[in-house]
This record gives sequence, structure tokens and C-alpha cells, in this order.
Amino acid sequence: MDVLRIGGKEITSRLFLGTGKFSSDSLLPGVIRASGVQVVTVALRRVDFDNPQEYMLNYIDRECILMPNTSGARTADEAVRIARIARAAGCGNWVKIEVIKDNKYLLPDNYETLKATETLAKEGFAVFPYMSPDLMAARQMRDAGAAAVMPLGSPIGSNRGLKTKELIRILIDEIDIPIIVDAGIGRPSEAAEAMEMGAAAVLVNTAIAVAEDPVAMAEAFGLAVRAGRKAFLAGPGAVKEYAEASSPLTGFLRDTEQ
Amino acid sequence: MGFYDVYKAYQETGIGGWLKNTTPERVGAAVGKSRVSEWDFLAMLSPAAEQKLEEMAQQAHRVTVRNFGRVIYLYTPLYLSNYCSNQCVYCGFNVQNRVQRRTLSVDEVEKEGQIIAETGLRHLLILTGESRVEAPVDYIAACTERLRRYFASISIEIYPLEVDEYKTLISAGVDGLTIYQEVYDPVTYDQVHLKGPKKNYLFRLNAPERACQAGMRTVNLGVLLGLEDWRTEVFALGLHARYLQDKYPETEISVSFPRIRPAAGRFRPRAEVSDRNMVQMITALRLFLPRAGITISTRERAEFRDNLIKLGVTRMSAGSCTEVGGRLDGNGHDGQFDISDTRSVKEMKEAIRKQGYQPVFKDWVAM
Repeated sequence: MDVLRIGGKEITSRLFLGTGKFSSDSLLPGVIRASGVQVVTVALRRVDFDNPQEYMLNYIDRECILMPNTSGARTADEAVRIARIARAAGCGNWVKIEVIKDNKYLLPDNYETLKATETLAKEGFAVFPYMSPDLMAARQMRDAGAAAVMPLGSPIGSNRGLKTKELIRILIDEIDIPIIVDAGIGRPSEAAEAMEMGAAAVLVNTAIAVAEDPVAMAEAFGLAVRAGRKAFLAGPGAVKEYAEASSPLTGFLRDTEQ
Repeated sequence: MGFYDVYKAYQETGIGGWLKNTTPERVGAAVGKSRVSEWDFLAMLSPAAEQKLEEMAQQAHRVTVRNFGRVIYLYTPLYLSNYCSNQCVYCGFNVQNRVQRRTLSVDEVEKEGQIIAETGLRHLLILTGESRVEAPVDYIAACTERLRRYFASISIEIYPLEVDEYKTLISAGVDGLTIYQEVYDPVTYDQVHLKGPKKNYLFRLNAPERACQAGMRTVNLGVLLGLEDWRTEVFALGLHARYLQDKYPETEISVSFPRIRPAAGRFRPRAEVSDRNMVQMITALRLFLPRAGITISTRERAEFRDNLIKLGVTRMSAGSCTEVGGRLDGNGHDGQFDISDTRSVKEMKEAIRKQGYQPVFKDWVAM
């Protein structure tokens, strides 16, 4: 059984779901079922604990692991405060850190994110920092106690795919905690590609939420992530960019050796 | 360099000529771009762009859904005071108008806040006229502190403040500022603001920037449509929003499109703005600033608002009342202006759902 051990839990589904942007929270149960996701992230800013009618968490299967996120935080301090509120409200000890100071592209601030990671890991949170794929920052986040790092494929909501592929590949090679590709994945094929590269999981929100049929799209992503993971485990042969003559530079050795 | 210099520099390039000479082909080229320049934006505001309106609308819809999803954020206004020392020709609170003047006590504010909170809304906009005597900063801070118990986010729409005063209100719990320049053209501005502190064009123009400097989380700009040619005014609005977005990336910049409504004083709009024009400016702004929030208030008719949901709007008011104490014991008139969409919060919720969108009541954490 291919199990992902992460944040003190064991999971089998490597697709994580973001819950913003849906036309109705009532779509969530169907989406969760169709995709088989076990980890669901929720922006704490959207949760109204005082309003049972609009209580989004009611739509999330109790079996799922809740990963509250700190969307809206502009500094490490704000992220830490949001994380503490989430835990105190009974949302568990997983937290996805989002510290965004840039409202134009919604790109994360790695420095503030690292600071929040340090504080929250010490407080016993399983910390999942959303980050720009930078090797030094990822190392520091790992050393600070992050449960995983979540590099972006391209800016949030852009659906532009794995534009940061080379940098993510380096993280996968160099960082010995799970790498979860978060943000920018617009199509199931891109999710599969991230998994084939060796990502531990992918997080998808926009591409599912704004699809014409979110439930069907969720299922497609579930399948793609499984396919990509399987391909990674199967060890695909080296792929060459183009066909080449067998040994244009060292062929002479064979000739002289004969 | 402040925004006024930026604005002036564009004015000197002859915006009117640009607008007139733009061709539908030029507009078509602008619509499909992934990075829309200010000149593309201007092209989309031109008369020629009316022929490309459906194309613009479809693109605006796609961009909005991608960036914001299928959700509409809801808020409602709460008027604290209508005392005002200004003479703005278009406004019901004009010092010359004989309307009943009132400032709610902090207890009354809390009571009205509770009534609103019961509807489930968690985002509140508190408003005053311009009277530092009747509604001073300390009073607004006290109201905010009381209202914080019931709301996740409190924005202000009050007279322009100094940086330190904005900081005072931020520490009291304010996280958003709405301030409309009303009209960017300085000559028209001077003509419609007859007397009072609001005559100071630059102090108002720079207020959003001062709020950004004070650390305000969201800043919402607007032009009052009907005072000047809307094309040049909306162009200025877009430039102002982008100027702030570039300079203060930590602040969320959004815009509103308030169209003049009947009010005490019987002011007639000086420039026509049709529904078609509204659609054009909203979609153009969306394509120019893909991440900016766009607000449509209850100034607009219910049916028109419903149709705008898919065109780039992200925020709407619901269950509005423009009268001070209107939800407590108001007389049903003497509001700042007459609202057009009188639907309750519950009805609004249903209407948004019917369009295939999710009405969102809470999108912030009070910290």
C-alpha cells in the first residue's frame, strides 16, 4: 500500500482540496466523494463559527483531515494568530501558512512564512507552508520543523500549470520532507505531471471549483493524481528530447576495440 | 510623486482625442491580452468599444471566475451620523438641505449592529457625513470597538483623515476604507462642491494613499457617475487604483461604481450614464485590474444587479438603509439617497444563488 506519512497521519489520497471559489458549499460532499480526497484546506477567514446556517465545515466529511489556512495574513504574526484561532476553535493542529503581501499576484512572502513556520512548529502544529519554490527557503522551513513544503506551480488561480517546474524538481531532489505542489494547476494532466516528477501530493482548488461540472472535474483530478503517482513508482524510462544516433561521440571506441 | 501628478501627466496626453480615435480593431486586440496596459484600458472605455461589449463581457467573466471564483461577498451600510458641513450639490446630507439631523449614540449603534448581525452579515460599512464636531474620530473609534463584537470586518466611509487618525481607527478595529473622489476632473470637482472642507480636492484625492500608509487592509475607490464624462472619469479611477496597487501591494484595492440617485435637493445628473455604459466600465476595469474587487450597491435596480453578477462584480450590499437609525426608529425618508434594490438579505442570498453563485457573509478574521 502506497501510504503518505505526513503531519503525524497516514493518508492514501495524494490530492488535497481547496474549498474557496465554489458556487455553493453544498457541492463539497460530492467533490470530496468523487475525488477521494482526505485532506481539505479551508480559509479560516471564511468560517463563521457563530452562524450555523452558513457554517461551511458542515459540508466537509468528518473523516477528512482539516487543514485551516491563514489566507489574509500579511505578516508572520498575523498568520500565527489565525493559526491559533483555528486550533482553539477545534480545527485540529494542521495549518497551511499563507502569508501574502502582494495583492496583485498573490505571491507568498517566504521570509514571513518561514518565521511563522518556526513559531507554529514549536507550538506543536503540523505546519504546511505555501511558498515560492526557493531551495534555501525550503531548507530553512524544513529545519524549522515544517511537515511539508508547498511550492506554487504558478500564481494562485492562474491555471497556468507548472511554470516553476525546474525549481520544484530541485526541491523534490533536495528536500527530504514531502513536496506538495500548490496553486496554478489548471488541468488534471498537470497534476499527473507533478506526481510523475515525484511530488508527494498536489493541492487543487480553482480548477475544480470553477469547472462547469466540479464533481466530474474532481474525479478527473483524483484519477490523474493516482496515475501520476503510479507512473512515478513504476519508474518511467528516461525520456529523450529527440531521437539521436546511438553514440555519435564515443562510437569510435567500438571501432578501435573491434 | 503623488497620484495627482500621474493624473495630470495623462491628462496632458489628450485623453479625449485617444477616446475618439480608437477603432473596434484596437479594442479587440486589447481584450485578449494577458497584460492589459493603461492604453488598452482606455481603448476599452472608448465609444468604439461598444461594438465589442459582448467580447469584453465574456473575457471579464472568465477572468473574474478564475480570480474570485463563483462567489459574491455581501456587506451592508450603517449610518452613524448625517451632520455635514459640506455643500455637495448631489447629496441628500448637504448642509443646506432641511433633513432631520441625528448622530446615533454608541448604544444605539450597537443595537442597530445587533439587528444587522442577526441577518448573518459579518461585513459592515459605517458611514458619517463630514462633521468633526458631531462625529469625531474618537466617536467613530468607540462605535467600532462596540461593533467588533458582532462583525468580522468593519469598513468606514467618512470624511478624509490624516495618517495618524486612520491609525487610530485601525487600532479600534477598522480594516477597510471606502472613499470616493466623486469626480477626478478638478474643475468639475470645484463646481459641484460649493462649500465646506470637501472643497479641498487634493486632501480628498490623497486620502486613500494616507490610509494605505496607515496600514489599512482594504481601500475602495469610486467616482460618482453622472457628474462628468464617465469615460475619462473611469480612466482616472482605474489609474488611481493601479497607482495604489503598485505602490502599496499589501493593501487590497477595490473600486465601486456609484451612479447618482435621487436625493433631497433634487439634483439632476450632469452627464448621462446608461446601463450599457455601466457594463462597459465594469468589464473594462476588470480586464485592466484582474485582482481588484468591484462593488455594486443598492443604488442599482435589483434586476440590473443580478445581471452584473456574472460580469466582474465581486461585492454587493444587501438589506441597505441610508438613513441614520433607519433600522431602529427611522422615519423612512431623510436618507443620503434613495436606494433602488430594496431586497432583504435573505432575498439577496436567494438571488445570488439563482445566478449560480455563492453569497459569502464572512471573509475576514478580526485579529
